[in-house]
Amino acid sequence: MSEVLTASRIPLENYAEVVGAGEIEELRALAKPLRGRSIEMINSTAVGGGVAEILNRLVPLAEELDLGIRWDVMKGAEEFFDVTKSFHNALHGEPYHAKPKDFEIFLSYNEQNRATLPLDAEFVVIHDPQPAALIDARKPSSNHWVWRCHIDLSHPNRAVWDFLEKFVTRYDGAMFSSPEFSRQLSIPQYLFYPAIDPLSEKNCPLDSEFIEQVLRRYQIDPQRPILTQISRFDRLKDPVGVIRAYRIVKRYFDCQLVLAGGSASDDPEGALVLKDVLRAAEQDPDIKILELPAWAPLEVNALQRASTIVVQKSLREGFGLTVSEALWKKKPVVASAVGGIPSQIIHKHTGLLAHSVEGTAYQIRFLLSHPQIAAKLGENGHEHVKENFLITQKLKRYLALFLMLDRGL
Amino acid sequence: MADLNTAETPFDFVTASYLTRIGNQSAGTLAELLTGLEHCSDASIFHHTFQTLGTHHFLTEGFSNDFAQWVLASTNRNDLAEQLTALDIRDYMSIAALRSDLCRVVRDFCDAEPQFAAQSGLERFYFCESVEVTVPLGRSTRNLDEFREGLEHLSHASFYFHFISSRLRLQLQTNDFSLWLSGSLGLRTLADSVNQIDIYTNTLDSARTKMLRLIDRERRKA
Repeated sequence: MSEVLTASRIPLENYAEVVGAGEIEELRALAKPLRGRSIEMINSTAVGGGVAEILNRLVPLAEELDLGIRWDVMKGAEEFFDVTKSFHNALHGEPYHAKPKDFEIFLSYNEQNRATLPLDAEFVVIHDPQPAALIDARKPSSNHWVWRCHIDLSHPNRAVWDFLEKFVTRYDGAMFSSPEFSRQLSIPQYLFYPAIDPLSEKNCPLDSEFIEQVLRRYQIDPQRPILTQISRFDRLKDPVGVIRAYRIVKRYFDCQLVLAGGSASDDPEGALVLKDVLRAAEQDPDIKILELPAWAPLEVNALQRASTIVVQKSLREGFGLTVSEALWKKKPVVASAVGGIPSQIIHKHTGLLAHSVEGTAYQIRFLLSHPQIAAKLGENGHEHVKENFLITQKLKRYLALFLMLDRGL
Repeated sequence: MADLNTAETPFDFVTASYLTRIGNQSAGTLAELLTGLEHCSDASIFHHTFQTLGTHHFLTEGFSNDFAQWVLASTNRNDLAEQLTALDIRDYMSIAALRSDLCRVVRDFCDAEPQFAAQSGLERFYFCESVEVTVPLGRSTRNLDEFREGLEHLSHASFYFHFISSRLRLQLQTNDFSLWLSGSLGLRTLADSVNQIDIYTNTLDSARTKMLRLIDRERRKA
């Protein structure tokens, strides 16, 4: 068992400047009946990945509200994580022939963790499939257990889902990032949006000098329109499709395209995609392909803030929090209507949705021709994020969930 | 008759947090939307009409409920979307009545335009429900000055709870604020003016600003 020590504490009061003092007062009021109550969050990794990133922010904020919260990470060896990685892909719909041995390995590591994790909190939140079988440790009617699923279960591999479902239906509820990701289950299912932290390096306000410096470093011209997609070099993010859309737009507007993502050097598939992207770019000097070291949050932030339009032309997507990051910066966004993106982009209100390369190009041209509409979409998008996709809203949702479970609503 | 300066019954500010429960129904066509509207829970109708007015309050143009938005964005039926948008929750004292009108509008359209009723939308519509969790803010007011102070610092959720959601809870064509201003402080004109603030064309912030302005005008009279 390992209890995770969270880093980079940001006092709750600091968020008042962003969301208003009333929202902080509300968080305190919601937390009051839960003061001192024990909560245990369990996932399978302390670093890397969106879940760890969110828990790193959420847990210290919950502590500030005097909740007895702890975050534990389950232990596992390579064979366990190989199996759970296969399960993860299979639940996303990729072909997979599960062997009985895989299920045995999964159960064996869950059993080992049951022996070492406390699992005695009044509210136990299990994140994702890896620790799902810890529910076996639950004593009858003793405490509340909920399962937070961060992945898209809309088209799961049958064998893997049938195996997991037996555990999932023993929880008091399951939480999904989008209604589209949920299953028909016998337990209540709740919508729990992922969230961004407005005070993190990726989203905090930046000096214009720093933004200009980043643009200079990558030879991006601030005087001409900048289209940007921030995503890893992955076929499902369709970076080549973005280049095709850019070429259509380029016939009408003298614009630039920035494709920025993490380094593809340690990802064989990413390196192949990057190669395709470089080929598609045909050494166009107005296409900037940037491999950023470990995602360089401040640089991503600067590139998003400098953009005229942010694009997220994914073919498939989990939730796609880069959309919320751009909206938070009041940027007009053109994005594909896949995964959790339609929750963030309310078409024609907080951004524009597209379903093809041509559609993406058309929406970009429309926004470049109508800067006032683009600005309005950005403003609305910012408010939408403020209302729904900030870490403080996520904390509020958890408080409401615990209160609801406690009151038996 | 209540004293104009101090109320016997205080106004207790409450805050509400809403969890969205995902239902097991969804719709891909207008015909399926109609079936969903006929069979979904009252909590679902509340969620997609009242609650969405809170979560999307910053959208003051053309967005009044989730059904209208889906019809417009996913099926591109502007005519039906307009009719659904025109339904005003302030005209209803029960979810049953609101549901009946929603069904009537969609049914009439499907009957008149059967070729569009079965046409698949771009995205599916998922019926959800709201679960309301309330807690007292621990702030009680007995006069207009204290009330103004409390109102000024309310969160969006709390303001929404008292000003919008309360209309349904009380089965009245008013809201918590107007009810108290009129019933406990005897300020009927102010209560009516507050109730007339348009919740569709204002954001929660601009509605609150208008309310504060009305209260300030009332205070100047005293």
